[in-house]
Amino acid sequence: MFFLTPALAAIGVFFFVPVIAAFVMSFTDFDIYSLGKIQYARFIGLRNYLQLVEDPLFWKALRNTLYFLVVGGPLSIAVSLAAALMLQAKLVRFTSFFRTALFAPVVTTLVAVSVVWRFVYHPRYGLLNYALSFVGVSPVDWLGDPQWAMPAIILMAVWKNFGYNMIIFIAGLQNIPPQLYEAAAIDGAGRWQQFTMITIPMLAPTTLFISIITMIGYFQLFAEPYVMTQGGPLNSTLSIVLLMYQQGFRWWNMGYSAALAFVLFVFILVASVLQSRLQKRFGT
Amino acid sequence: MKRHVGMALVYAALAVTAAVTLAPLVWMVSASLMPTGQASSFPPPFLPRQVTFEHYASLFTRLNLARYLFNSALLAVAVTLISLLVNSMAGYAFAKYRFRGRDPLFKLLITSMVIPAQVTMLPLFLMLNKMGFINSYIGVIIPGMASIFGIFLIRQFAMSIPDSLIEAARIDGASDFRIYRSLILPLCKPVLITLAIFTFMGTWNDFLWPLIVMTDDSMYTLPVALATLSLEHVQDTELMMAGSVMTVLPVLLLFVALQKYYIGGIMASGLKE
Repeated sequence: MFFLTPALAAIGVFFFVPVIAAFVMSFTDFDIYSLGKIQYARFIGLRNYLQLVEDPLFWKALRNTLYFLVVGGPLSIAVSLAAALMLQAKLVRFTSFFRTALFAPVVTTLVAVSVVWRFVYHPRYGLLNYALSFVGVSPVDWLGDPQWAMPAIILMAVWKNFGYNMIIFIAGLQNIPPQLYEAAAIDGAGRWQQFTMITIPMLAPTTLFISIITMIGYFQLFAEPYVMTQGGPLNSTLSIVLLMYQQGFRWWNMGYSAALAFVLFVFILVASVLQSRLQKRFGT
Repeated sequence: MKRHVGMALVYAALAVTAAVTLAPLVWMVSASLMPTGQASSFPPPFLPRQVTFEHYASLFTRLNLARYLFNSALLAVAVTLISLLVNSMAGYAFAKYRFRGRDPLFKLLITSMVIPAQVTMLPLFLMLNKMGFINSYIGVIIPGMASIFGIFLIRQFAMSIPDSLIEAARIDGASDFRIYRSLILPLCKPVLITLAIFTFMGTWNDFLWPLIVMTDDSMYTLPVALATLSLEHVQDTELMMAGSVMTVLPVLLLFVALQKYYIGGIMASGLKE
């Protein structure tokens, strides 16, 4: 018991208690006045949640977050798989160099690379527009145009994250018995057939695992818009966590912010349960 | 012949992907060495026409970078050491001790990993505020002291240690703590290194929580300072790139040095499912 006490005490007091407290808080009007004197907070039942449903900003943030998730998630998984396949092709040399290079963005500090990408996306002096000018694309105001701001954030997130899932895919690929490919080759299956009939099905459990962790991570979009766009332009990159941060720690509407946090939690929970159901169904 | 062509194609594709992936990082370093204003000229130069270190100098003289570096390093080291101790004890207990309610308790912990940290942040802020830990190192360290993921990682590893080893040590009269310290910890070294890198990098790179807790400029970590500065110094491209280099470089070097453990850890976490 001696060994467990520190960990359980820390997790209990600084994780489970706050989770329950946040739940209670989401039914109160906890605000800047309650910050000084907790007695000022009153129970207001479901009013925060009702207010949420009527708040156009919440729907905007939810739509943006889902946009980021639904486009960015699969895109980053596809890039990860492609990179893993390239690295697993029977190369003679440089595999470890390429692996390190492709993985490097994962370990970088999100805030720092967001600062870097803000300049890469600069409409006049940015590298991206300059590179695109060679193929005849006229300059895009990536972060200043409500249409392009979210795609720009997605592109950066894919760049930053794909290396992580690439490594997990490599582990999955290494687990496929080579005999399967040999047998298929003897039966006359081509490269593409081997890919669709062996690689894809054998990677299903890995892909599912990756989908879950990617989705949970992408729901929590925050630092990229905070640094690159502050949620703009016209709230086109406002995410749920950014809205939660603004409501809670800038305007001190902590009751309302707690309700937002729980909505985020419910979304993550539902999506995780759905995906683990899928996992069971496919018997992995 | 066809094989060789395929091979060349894979190499070419890999080279292009690697170049595109590294380009923003290389440009970051390159721009940080340009004289003020050169990065904002047209066509945008990829390499500095002349190299200067003035931005690194002014980070330290004008912008208090040494302080942010110190804060970041101190917090990352403290969280890593404390959480390694706490998590390894708990992970070992879950792996090798039999007590009532062990499995349900472990299951509860694993299940609660789905709760995002953001849910706890508001009450945690109020709690730390009451305790007087806002704007202090302790405020950042406290939520990082123990992690369910860390306990899980160590438990998985410790389960593979044969019971007979522990029994033998016990027969020799070793105390519980002695067994943990002199037998379990050395055997768990690979997973401890992996977890140490994860924790160090996670704490170094963390943004939202230090942004909330640290209210005073002198307590900022590098990412918080960089985010704040970059919103004030939008025009100072070269200076901000130097700041980004200083933030990214320590973790990048750590990764390159210890990547075997880091990548091995990720692979293991993926195969557990």
